[in-house]
Amino acid sequence: MRGLYSLHLHNPVICRIRNALIGIFLLLFAAVILFPMIYMVAWSFGPDREMAANSYSIFPGIWTLESYYAFFAKSEYTVRWLYNSFVTSAAVMVSNVIFASMAGYAFAKISFKGSRPLFSLILVAMMIPYQVTQVPLYILIVSRLKMGNSYAALILPGCATAYNIFLSKQFFSSIPSALIESAKIDGASQLRIFYNLVLPLSKTVLAVMAINTFMSNWNTFFWPFLVTSKEAMYTIQVGLKTFRFANGTRLSPMMAGATISTLPMFILFFSLQKYFLEGVTIGAVKG
Amino acid sequence: MKKHFHVKRETVDGYLFILAAMVIFLVFTIYPMVSAVTTSLKDYRPFGSEWVGAANYKAAVGNALFLKSVKNTLVYTVATVPVSLAISFIVALLIMPFKRKTQSLFKALYYMPAVASGVATSVVWLWIYNSAPSGLFNQIMSILHLPAQNWLSSSRTAMLSLIIMSLLGGHGTHIITYIAALMGIDSSYFEAADIDGASFFQKVWYVVLPLCKPTTLFLLVTGFINSFQVFMNAYMMTGGGPDNNTTMIGLLIFNNAFVYGKYGLACAEAIILACLIACMTAVQFRVMGDNVEY
Repeated sequence: MRGLYSLHLHNPVICRIRNALIGIFLLLFAAVILFPMIYMVAWSFGPDREMAANSYSIFPGIWTLESYYAFFAKSEYTVRWLYNSFVTSAAVMVSNVIFASMAGYAFAKISFKGSRPLFSLILVAMMIPYQVTQVPLYILIVSRLKMGNSYAALILPGCATAYNIFLSKQFFSSIPSALIESAKIDGASQLRIFYNLVLPLSKTVLAVMAINTFMSNWNTFFWPFLVTSKEAMYTIQVGLKTFRFANGTRLSPMMAGATISTLPMFILFFSLQKYFLEGVTIGAVKG
Repeated sequence: MKKHFHVKRETVDGYLFILAAMVIFLVFTIYPMVSAVTTSLKDYRPFGSEWVGAANYKAAVGNALFLKSVKNTLVYTVATVPVSLAISFIVALLIMPFKRKTQSLFKALYYMPAVASGVATSVVWLWIYNSAPSGLFNQIMSILHLPAQNWLSSSRTAMLSLIIMSLLGGHGTHIITYIAALMGIDSSYFEAADIDGASFFQKVWYVVLPLCKPTTLFLLVTGFINSFQVFMNAYMMTGGGPDNNTTMIGLLIFNNAFVYGKYGLACAEAIILACLIACMTAVQFRVMGDNVEY
């Protein structure tokens, strides 16, 4: 966007100074916003000690790895929690990319009886707050199906979310129908059209869907907390919350735990930044 | 006489494509939705629930704590969402004069807190709000020559603490959305404004803000919807205390369901929440939606 800010063509120095001032302000404000994260990472390298009343400042005095050892040593399940989170998030991600995108494609490009009412049902479901379904879902999974403390309980309910079906339908609708019709005339089946023609055109939206699904499942606390009672089945978020109460007075091991739980997301973010940021606007603009 | 049904190939394909997703969707979303309605009309017991009609709804609406939680949620929402939008709009605006690479850097910096989980963020903020004089916020207070506070456990500051935490907690998605909206504004608008001799602030007020209205409406509506379902902060930070001053609807429903086992009441409250959100959204579209084009 050009034109909002004056370019000060008669005096480019003013323009430079102005941008420098804005830049400094933005950096300072970013530092405030990022401060909790910085604090978390910095103190995760602090010593595994009870904090005396006035012994901690913004950064730890001693930098060591002992709090990370403590986090893994305090509970025999720490590694297991990370593993559980990974398995759950990956499974939900893969099934959403396959099943939600197939459904989205059908709603966008295959004309079949009943597609409109079914899709409206999906739209309605997107608007219902999760509190409405949480109790019946809990009764269904834990009391009726006896699936508490299992991967099935963690994975199944999120396997094809209404949002992902909606998101992919919106995207597939923008692919020209003529392209698909001509493939049909050449005798290609819908499955081949979907796999060989549509999916290659949709890499970005699929990547966004995969990343968002993985991240929200990695970070989710509520559902895993409800359906797991055995420590061995906790996800890292649930584990971190219970760890909090066990070690309430020790800052650094707590921060080490929080850092470890966030680290995979930071790594993903830095390597796939484009898709994260795209994911924000894909839902907003198309919705 | 035999009659041949000729089912269209398209229809078969369509249903095969949606089959898996629909089975999951019907079992794990639609069935619970319907079941929430029936459960809300019952006194739920594992065996032999009793129909009680609207009793749960009456109990919910007549309950002072429920009304308080609605009020708390409203206060929290009104104090956080509009301010967050204002901050995000300003930051997005300030990012605009930079080159693409610098813009990406700022976008990444401001979006980063959004990738951390609610549990991890809460754990950090618990320490920042530590009530000892050495707690980080209390150190800042002492620099300002103000008395140390019992941030999370005093009824004067508990809600304020949650609001501050939300406002300093990053506005990544809002900022990114606003930037996308700003990029979409055609520069001819500004050329016209320049010819009229408009100042920077006039351009922002008369050109940029009105053109961003659809985005603002979208962010406001989704912001309110999300904020009304908030659960994590109250649960992790204050437990709803002190004296239920930070009990949000989400936390109350959770407690009624999974601490006290009152499934019927919890479902009734959740459905009231859904209706509240629907009404609020309708009102927002009414008030702001006129002359917004999509």
